[in-house]
Amino acid sequence: MEEQDKILQEVTSQEYKFGFVSDFESDSIPKGLNEDVIRTISAKKNEPEFMLQFRLDAYRKWLKMPIPDWAYLKIPPIDFQDIIYYSAPKKKPQYESLDEVDPDLIETFNKLGIPLEEQKVLAGVAVDAVIDSVSVKTTFKETLAEKGVIFCSFSEAVKEHPDLVKKYLGMSVPTSDNFFAALNSAVFSDGSFCYIPKGVRCPMELSTYFRINAAGTGQFERTLIVAEDDSYVSYLEGCTAPMRDENQLHAAVVEIIAMDRAEVKYSTVQNWYPGNKEGKGGVYNFVTKRGICRGESSKISWTQVETGSAITWKYPSVIMMGDNSVGEFNSVAVTNNHQQADTGTKMIHIGKNTKSTIVSKGISAGLSDNSYRGLVKVLPGAVNSRNFSQCDSLLLGSTCGAHTFPYIEVGNKSSIVEHEATTSKIGEDQIFYCNQRGISTEDAIGMIVNGYAKEVLNKLPMEFAVEAQKLLAISLEGSVG
Amino acid sequence: MLTIKNLRVAIEGKEILKGINLEIKAGEVHAIMGPNGSGKSTLGNVLAGKEEYEILDGEIWYEGEDLLELSAEDRARKGLFLGFQYPVEIPGVPMVNFIKTSVNEHRKFKGLEPLTAGEFLKLMREKKELVHLDSQLTNRSVNEGFSGGEKKKNEIFQMAMLEPKLAILDETDSGLDIDALRIVSDGVNALKHPERSTIVITHYQRLLEYIVPDCVHVLYQGKIVKSAGKELALELEEKGYDWLKTHSL
Amino acid sequence: MTLTANKIALSEKYTELFHAHRSMLDAGSSSLLNRMRDIAIKRFEKTGIPGFKNENYKYTNLERVFDKDYRHILEYEQVDVDLNEAFRCDVPQLDTHVVLLVNGWYYAKNQPLQNLPKGVVVGSLKQVANEQPELVQEYLNRQAALSDDPIVALNTAFAQDGFFMHVPDHVVFEKPVQVINIMRSQDAIFATQRNLIVVGKNSQAKVIFCDHTMSSRDFLTNNVTEVFVGQDAVVDIYTVQNQNNQANSVNSSFFKQEANSNLLSSVATLHGGLIRNNLKVEMAGEHAEANLYGMSFTDKKQHVDNFTNIEHAQPNCLSNQVYKYVLDEDSVGAFAGRIHVVRDAQKTNAFQRNNNVLLTDSAKMNTKPQLIIDADDVKCSHGATIGQIDEEALFYLRARGIGEADARMMLMNAFAHEVVQNIRVEPLRDRIDELVEKRLRGELAYCHSCDRH
Ligand SMILES: Nc1ncnc2c1ncn2[C@@H]1O[C@H](COP(=O)(O)OP(=O)(O)OP(=O)(O)O)[C@@H](O)[C@H]1O
Ligand SMILES: [Mg+2]
Repeated sequence: MEEQDKILQEVTSQEYKFGFVSDFESDSIPKGLNEDVIRTISAKKNEPEFMLQFRLDAYRKWLKMPIPDWAYLKIPPIDFQDIIYYSAPKKKPQYESLDEVDPDLIETFNKLGIPLEEQKVLAGVAVDAVIDSVSVKTTFKETLAEKGVIFCSFSEAVKEHPDLVKKYLGMSVPTSDNFFAALNSAVFSDGSFCYIPKGVRCPMELSTYFRINAAGTGQFERTLIVAEDDSYVSYLEGCTAPMRDENQLHAAVVEIIAMDRAEVKYSTVQNWYPGNKEGKGGVYNFVTKRGICRGESSKISWTQVETGSAITWKYPSVIMMGDNSVGEFNSVAVTNNHQQADTGTKMIHIGKNTKSTIVSKGISAGLSDNSYRGLVKVLPGAVNSRNFSQCDSLLLGSTCGAHTFPYIEVGNKSSIVEHEATTSKIGEDQIFYCNQRGISTEDAIGMIVNGYAKEVLNKLPMEFAVEAQKLLAISLEGSVG
Repeated sequence: MLTIKNLRVAIEGKEILKGINLEIKAGEVHAIMGPNGSGKSTLGNVLAGKEEYEILDGEIWYEGEDLLELSAEDRARKGLFLGFQYPVEIPGVPMVNFIKTSVNEHRKFKGLEPLTAGEFLKLMREKKELVHLDSQLTNRSVNEGFSGGEKKKNEIFQMAMLEPKLAILDETDSGLDIDALRIVSDGVNALKHPERSTIVITHYQRLLEYIVPDCVHVLYQGKIVKSAGKELALELEEKGYDWLKTHSL
Repeated sequence: MTLTANKIALSEKYTELFHAHRSMLDAGSSSLLNRMRDIAIKRFEKTGIPGFKNENYKYTNLERVFDKDYRHILEYEQVDVDLNEAFRCDVPQLDTHVVLLVNGWYYAKNQPLQNLPKGVVVGSLKQVANEQPELVQEYLNRQAALSDDPIVALNTAFAQDGFFMHVPDHVVFEKPVQVINIMRSQDAIFATQRNLIVVGKNSQAKVIFCDHTMSSRDFLTNNVTEVFVGQDAVVDIYTVQNQNNQANSVNSSFFKQEANSNLLSSVATLHGGLIRNNLKVEMAGEHAEANLYGMSFTDKKQHVDNFTNIEHAQPNCLSNQVYKYVLDEDSVGAFAGRIHVVRDAQKTNAFQRNNNVLLTDSAKMNTKPQLIIDADDVKCSHGATIGQIDEEALFYLRARGIGEADARMMLMNAFAHEVVQNIRVEPLRDRIDELVEKRLRGELAYCHSCDRH
């Protein structure tokens, strides 16, 4: 019994594997936020007037908003004037071949365990890497261009496709949506833009790798994905951040718009620095992700594996406007040490015959708190709609917490909503069974946890699934960093 | 191979095993019988190293080592195998991964290289045939949704994969159909070896027709009240445990 | 802006009412109740009448019902008919001690109860607090004072009388006590009622609350009940809510359970206006068990909200909740259930289920189950469904020759019966089954010969 607790404690007290700081110079503006800072950001990026107006409008709304306090999180006071809102690598590389890219940068990616030059290329993945807010390198652009797919940094999209940006920016997540979305809208520095034209199945998985680097910089990236009628795209997002003592703020916005019969799959593996064992440092991750199924029979699915960040506040949502549209949310959230996560989804059924599924697997260890929060709302007009939610929590050790806060609102008689939630501890019998077959407790926990999260991991694209599985094992097994 | 001296075990403050003495030599097959709740599974679990039991007194020696000093996984790696009465389900963990990890942990312990994928699959195929295990089962999660009999067969299959020195089979015969019973026994017999020993825990002497024991013990209220040759099983089946009560006390 | 201003004005209306009638409140009650008022009104002032922005009242806007003009019942008013005559419980085989309360007050002409077991006290809270304060002192407001619900604080500030019961240690009080709460007035009234039930160690008791109205006016009742369940005690509390559809009420029940105790609470809501039932259980000793059931059948513009909060403060306890709703016409239902397992309350088993059937497109159901778990060796689950009756089952019955309407009725009865069957007083169970069936048929479910809605 005690032995097992000890091992549990050992395996759950690992250190962050990706803690390093790469030292290429960056171009920053001074700390603080006011209209001038926003104008500076917009000017540095040579943005058209509509973008500046969008930012200023958001900023003015933000000033009037309170920081949300309803989540099951203890959020230390954040001084928004003590943050640098813009930082870009000084030498902005624009290379055709990877050989020309700053070797430090390549090294950074190597340390991240996702070498740009080999693995992703072999896997056929186009990578749009965001280091500290400015997009550095995009591969496979030509292949995509042939199909008419636009996949570029947000800044580039603003310059080259201003009409598309203007049309869709803020459609899923209006500037006034919430405190962090408003902040992002005011100051976002870069991100990715992705446009799939009518009838096109994007021939490869699109992938972005986010990383927070410079000290004291907040990362505010913005992603916009538009899928036209009958198109399909699968989008991957991965994140890591270097290890620092102070907390770093991250407030991203992701918007997805799916038109008639379009399908967008969005997968995230989030592994920002969670802080050390004593809860010092780590990323505050306040993310707004929302997709609108505007077209009939469209589909948006979110899959996330969340193992990092000191605080996670994140509810990837789907608004099902089109008849027969489908929303999905699959999540594994692991918290350890002093981490706190309050994450879940909103499924808003507006169109007829809309369907949504929620699968959430929370795993808490150490002194962490892990909450699921979700809303399923079926409007009176959303007749014959269906939702099924399954929210399970697994507890490793007696000092962590697992919480479930679903909200279900149904307004018509022909819809069916089912919600189930369970909380339990990791099975001692299962660990013993593995032990009896010669498998150590550490490995057994890794195995059982992965088995527990299987349903969600299976939804990830192949190469991501392997990475996520390793991440889960590392998060809990402490096989060192 | 195994020596148990005056073993007393309690769970949640209740004494279950009240002084067990048992000696098993290499190559021997011992059967343990006894009414429900007499402590048979408890004995098996304690030997395998399950932690919630409190050892009040006694010693257990396995191959010259103090068994009680070893962790459950080390006991397993040293060749002690427990076929569970109620094998637990582990959702999401594929059988193949599980058994591969298990086999390679055993090999690592012996200082051997892990099996290559090819070698492993070949071994698995062989052993599956030996116990007539439906090949679909190894593609599923560990024991998940297996029928009672499939779970038992799966235990024997794992035993065949691991080739233990001392196998403890806790009611591996219950829930098996007649053919399966013979297959399981054949499996056990196929592994018979002068260096290997088996403890079969069972309620039925039928199994003992296939796996012929050198010795039959009756566990009753936490004590071994009678030990004799294989004919004891027959006698018990005829007369029931009541007969023993009046005789042995 | 106006909303907030409105809200302040509304809350001030109640604090002003309090200050203006402070001496009247004191005069009509006992010092044990009077001494709690000042703190309570301050607590109320802090939050005021909760609007829908209050997370705990997200799905029930109380401002709407608190904003009406009521005559406040701040002293006992004589009743011009003999209620003992008017109210005779007609449930066959249901043998109970009957106690009447009218507009929140203990009815002056209640018949003295015969053959009570030794030491059992049943009566008016105000009177017992005055005459035997030692029975009340240790318990009154011990649970309610910990609540942060402003409506509970408002009750404490205004409370003068209500039902009281004391069962000493080692007494099996077989015969149920039936408390009939009557609202009766020719004008719209606001009543406050405060109940206290104490069941000692190793004792057993059953109480049935029946909420009724005798006139069809706008009513608002603010009702608080505190129940103490001693070690090894077994307590059943049944509530049948059957009022007119303009009768609104907030009912807050608190249960504190000592070790090895067993609690059964079952609430059946048939008719009424806006009804909010708060139910808080504190597991204060190990191996306590609580079974909490609720069923609600609504139509027209009814609004029923059950809000449960189970605190597992000790290890090895079991709680089990089943709440079912059938919503017809424009009615709105809400259910919020919280299970909180505190750190180290290991080996907790806590289960909760909420199943709902919507019969029309204008009915609405909102459900908000919550698990807050801070111990690891626990088994906790909740499940919620909102839907219709099982079409396959319906088809199966029809395939056996049962007409659709009958088949539907049969399945809805079965749906409700899962809750009804847990009632441990057999004649009451049969009666509720019958009431439910009538209710589902759309007939008014009369409970008493004299009752008119
Ligand atoms: N975790 C536990 N807590 C309390 N008592 C236990 C526990 N595990 C086992 N026991 C008790 O110990 C006794 C012996 O159980 P055991 O499983 O060893 O019996 P058995 O001989 O294997 O019975 P069967 O023939 O039914 O398999 C039983 O009375 C059982 O109830
Ligand atoms: Mg057994």
